[in-house]
Amino acid sequence: MSWNVYLRRYWQLYALLALPLAYFVIFKYGPMYGIQIAFKDFNFFQGIEGSEWIGLEAFRDIFRMRDFYITLRNTLMLNFLDLLVSFPAPLILAILLYEMRLVWFKKLSQTILYIPHFISWVIIGGIVYQVFGTQSGMINNVVTALGFDAIPFLTDKGYWLTTYLAVGVWQSAGWGTIIYLAALTGINKELFEAAGIDGAGRLRRIWHITLPGLKPTILVLLIINLGHMISIGFERPYVIGNLAVREYSDVLSTFVYRVGLESGQYTLATAVGLFQAVVGLVFVLGANYASKKLTDESIM
Amino acid sequence: MRTHTSDRVFDAVNFIVLLAFTLICLAPFLHIAAISLSSAGPILSGKVSLLPVEFTTEAYAKVFTDASMIRSLGFTVMLTVLYTLFCMLLSIAAGYPLANKKLRGRKGLMLIVVVTMFFSGGLIPEYILVRSLHLLDSIWALVLPGLINPFYLIILISFFANIPESLQESAEIDGCSHFRSLIGIMLPLSMPVIATLSLFYAVGRWNGFTDTLMYINSPELYPLQLKLYQLIQNNMITDLLQMEGAQMALVVPESLKAASVIFATVPILIVYPWLQRYFVNGVMIGAIKG
Repeated sequence: MSWNVYLRRYWQLYALLALPLAYFVIFKYGPMYGIQIAFKDFNFFQGIEGSEWIGLEAFRDIFRMRDFYITLRNTLMLNFLDLLVSFPAPLILAILLYEMRLVWFKKLSQTILYIPHFISWVIIGGIVYQVFGTQSGMINNVVTALGFDAIPFLTDKGYWLTTYLAVGVWQSAGWGTIIYLAALTGINKELFEAAGIDGAGRLRRIWHITLPGLKPTILVLLIINLGHMISIGFERPYVIGNLAVREYSDVLSTFVYRVGLESGQYTLATAVGLFQAVVGLVFVLGANYASKKLTDESIM
Repeated sequence: MRTHTSDRVFDAVNFIVLLAFTLICLAPFLHIAAISLSSAGPILSGKVSLLPVEFTTEAYAKVFTDASMIRSLGFTVMLTVLYTLFCMLLSIAAGYPLANKKLRGRKGLMLIVVVTMFFSGGLIPEYILVRSLHLLDSIWALVLPGLINPFYLIILISFFANIPESLQESAEIDGCSHFRSLIGIMLPLSMPVIATLSLFYAVGRWNGFTDTLMYINSPELYPLQLKLYQLIQNNMITDLLQMEGAQMALVVPESLKAASVIFATVPILIVYPWLQRYFVNGVMIGAIKG
């Protein structure tokens, strides 16, 4: 089909694409153009074009900043611990849900387990302070009523870390079961029946059928998670974190916000953001490569 | 299948563990609800856990008569509806052509979309873009920058692509334009995925906080999350500084904060059960394809 004929028949498709494409160009690729700020002595009066090039000076600066290394360490630490704690939770929950025979309870339980995923971090932050607060938090009310000292869940670094991780499990475990449950529907039911006839108990069935059936899903999810080690959302650490635990709660995204928007050091903050984006890309591509090698499935 | 004793033990343990986790998911909400419905005395002396003590609806009366809170709610509802509408219009406009295998240049266009899933300009360049487009401190700063989530778009594309081609082809033979086959054939068949993605976009906007923190200064444009954040901040400060009695009076009462939290959460909890059956299917489509 020549382009003339083709366009006469299909021009509407391109017309539909015009607005979405404009969106991607302006709001997704526009900021990529702005990345050059990291290499310029940026100020608003001169704009991106007018500001002077300074080469890699901003990067030399950030690699000399102690705070940069702390936030880098925290990002990796929080993500790694989160993976350790939050990764197995949905898997276990999904298996329990799958094995649940009381259908009404299974449905009710699923509905409730998904809810925390739909609650904003601001509200979760509010709930966290009401539940874990030292002065009048629900847990500490019980602890002090039993005659113990209040536990500084939010102001002691170690306890804060535990709180941060626990809240992560609470928020994401239920939602995370969806993908495993989807994978579980793909397992051949006859396998279970055959195992039952062979006299295998429930645990043995889980061990020999369910888990191997889920293995590809587990691997892919694990690899995706490893690929996101250096990227971290802003809201969770920002809302749950506070000054007392900043040594642990300050991560790359909050650092960029603080240095850039609060102190107006746009060049430095852009450089940190670029560092994170590039390292993140390398991680993700590496993870994708690993996924292709280890399993047949690739993320992309 | 025979039931072993060990199977019965398993069932019992399974039930207990699931019940425990379900209750843990629920407990914080019950606590907040209890606080919002209790009197100040029992709250301060730590007597309120999961049920209201000295029941009162005073906090809600205050929230519902607080003009700024009502305005914030109204603004958030408007923002969410506007945003979700724009998101879906744009996603459908992009998804329909990209699902069509006859679209020339499809691979290149997909690449444009996919690249943005893995690399972005970052917070500061985004802020500077919004600022230089003079969108700061306007509703558009909260609508325009996040209109298409590439991952959701791919879910939509794979859903469209799974609708049998023959349906569209026969429409084409009957002289149906692409616009008409989109509106008349594709959309009615895609309601589950459209409902799911609308829910995700709407919840994302309703819960969105980072961009409101960055782009909004005027109190009359505060969405609920930003307003709540400032309320809750007071809480953190008291907890950290262990303020003395005299200063405590300045701090917003706990019950008021709790009532505000409930106030901002209930709309989501209302729409959620209706859409649950859709999104479970929708996510599975995404999980299997993505």
